[in-house]
Amino acid sequence: MNLNELTIHELSGRLAKKEIAAADLARDVVARTEAVEPRLHAFLEWNGGELLAAARDVDERRARGEAMGPLAGIPVGIKDVLNVKGHTCRCGSKILQGYVAPYDATVIAKLRAAGAIPFGRLNMDEFAMGSSTENSAFGVTRNPWDLERIPGGSSGGSAAAVAASETPATLGSDTGGSIRQPASLCGVVGLKPTYGRVSRFGLVAFASSLDQIGPFAKDVTDAALVLGAISGKDPNDSTSVPEPVPDYTKALTGDVKGMKLGLPKEYFIPGMDKEVEAAARAAVDRLSSLGAEIVDISLPHTDYGLAVYYIIATAEASANLARFDGVRYGSRAKDAKDPIDMYGRTRGAGFGPEVTRRIILGTYVLSSGYYDAYYLRAQKVRTLIRRDFMEAFQKCDAIVTPTTPSAAFKIGEKAEDPLTMYLSDIFTVNVNLAGICGVSVPCGFTKQPKLPIGLQVLGKPFGEETILKVAHAYEQATDWRKARPAI
Amino acid sequence: MSPDQQAPKIDVPYLAQLARISLDAEQMEKFGAQLQQIVSYVEKLKEVNVEGIEPTAHATPITNVFRQDEPRTPGDNAPFLKNAPQQANNLFVVPKIVE
Repeated sequence: MNLNELTIHELSGRLAKKEIAAADLARDVVARTEAVEPRLHAFLEWNGGELLAAARDVDERRARGEAMGPLAGIPVGIKDVLNVKGHTCRCGSKILQGYVAPYDATVIAKLRAAGAIPFGRLNMDEFAMGSSTENSAFGVTRNPWDLERIPGGSSGGSAAAVAASETPATLGSDTGGSIRQPASLCGVVGLKPTYGRVSRFGLVAFASSLDQIGPFAKDVTDAALVLGAISGKDPNDSTSVPEPVPDYTKALTGDVKGMKLGLPKEYFIPGMDKEVEAAARAAVDRLSSLGAEIVDISLPHTDYGLAVYYIIATAEASANLARFDGVRYGSRAKDAKDPIDMYGRTRGAGFGPEVTRRIILGTYVLSSGYYDAYYLRAQKVRTLIRRDFMEAFQKCDAIVTPTTPSAAFKIGEKAEDPLTMYLSDIFTVNVNLAGICGVSVPCGFTKQPKLPIGLQVLGKPFGEETILKVAHAYEQATDWRKARPAI
Repeated sequence: MSPDQQAPKIDVPYLAQLARISLDAEQMEKFGAQLQQIVSYVEKLKEVNVEGIEPTAHATPITNVFRQDEPRTPGDNAPFLKNAPQQANNLFVVPKIVE
């Protein structure tokens, strides 16, 4: 078996015992990436030589007997929205053409401190706005299970790279489901931490009150390892929370006996794919047979989440993306007669259609005369959505739902219909609005064609140990994680 | 649901000007139709009774975060300036603003 196919916890043990070298792993990762990228396009760019040099450095330090971090020598793919010093960071957009990151995002510095090697730039919907990776200015990423289908989004490259065994783990960002939805559609584990768990410093902002960075991995144990490495309070992000960071792998006992799992009736809706519903219900039965107690719950404001999300997220985006004006970075329209002309033409040429739509929508909901009717009202309904979850967590330890209402759709199928595209996020957006944590874990496949289905486990604020425990117990009781796409 | 009558008409040329994004006529028309559909969809929030409900701007328990005001040496600004489309004398260069 090639080393790129192993999990981090398998690799770390063998690396520590010097049975394998980090350089061997790096070579397999590069070979695999070179082999599948022409068909997959998960990466916008990668540098095999740089990875190999960093891996050799890890091997030399290990040979000298230096203390090694928990992720020593593990290549971790990076979504194009995170600053990695000396590398491009284009957020899948033409407007950031030529930009070179002057510093490391905090999560990158933390990965390096744990010994991991940041690898490549993973494709994404432009500025993380989208559910299919079709909004990238640099071409769509394909789903490793069916190359005619989308991998999900916005972190489509991050999900596809793990599913295709290019790298053992990747980082993505999740504003309304952008980690969990592609993880579900590609058949890997993806975790969105509680708002404030992980520093956002060095993440190019989309919607600042919703954005969180999180891991993609082949299994729950690896997701727990990477989460532990990137979590914690950061003086550079005042919204990061000084909650202690536990060893998340210690929560993975496989024991869910007596745990109460809430099943919200609003997440099993008419119009959802029958196979997805059946797989999610079978997963709930499996958890029940492992000793968990299933309780029926209600999250009554669920149906308003998407409307709230598309007001709040676009409002915040319209402010955040004002910085792309052709002055400090990226492209600039030529021969502008004055700054206003320069801003308009730079932005008109630099932003793709979805980003433009969302900036205009965000401008609209914040504009004079509409602020109270849209933005303020949405913030109030957000309070109700968060309250729904907090009340539900009085009755249960975690909530289980399908991650998405259907499996991966075909490239182009929803591209011209933004509202239908938005509806693919209905099961994930409320988690960001409430600021709680969630993980997607594989729970089966559709029959024809064979496409992955994901189970979403949601937890209280800073309840990452609980959701990882549930997801891990389920994962270990099933064989879904062993299935690999034939790419 | 036929909320198209209820939702206010989106004025794309005005909003594009506010957002400083130049669009051509074809884009304005296309985005206008798509945005009208989205705005009609979000009208459903009017059904919710929000009387007495506080708005949530932020889902964390944290309010204010303070640190010691200690002098620090700023890093090298060269890599930041290098990203600018136009720069000179350690400054960003923009088209002329005042006559």
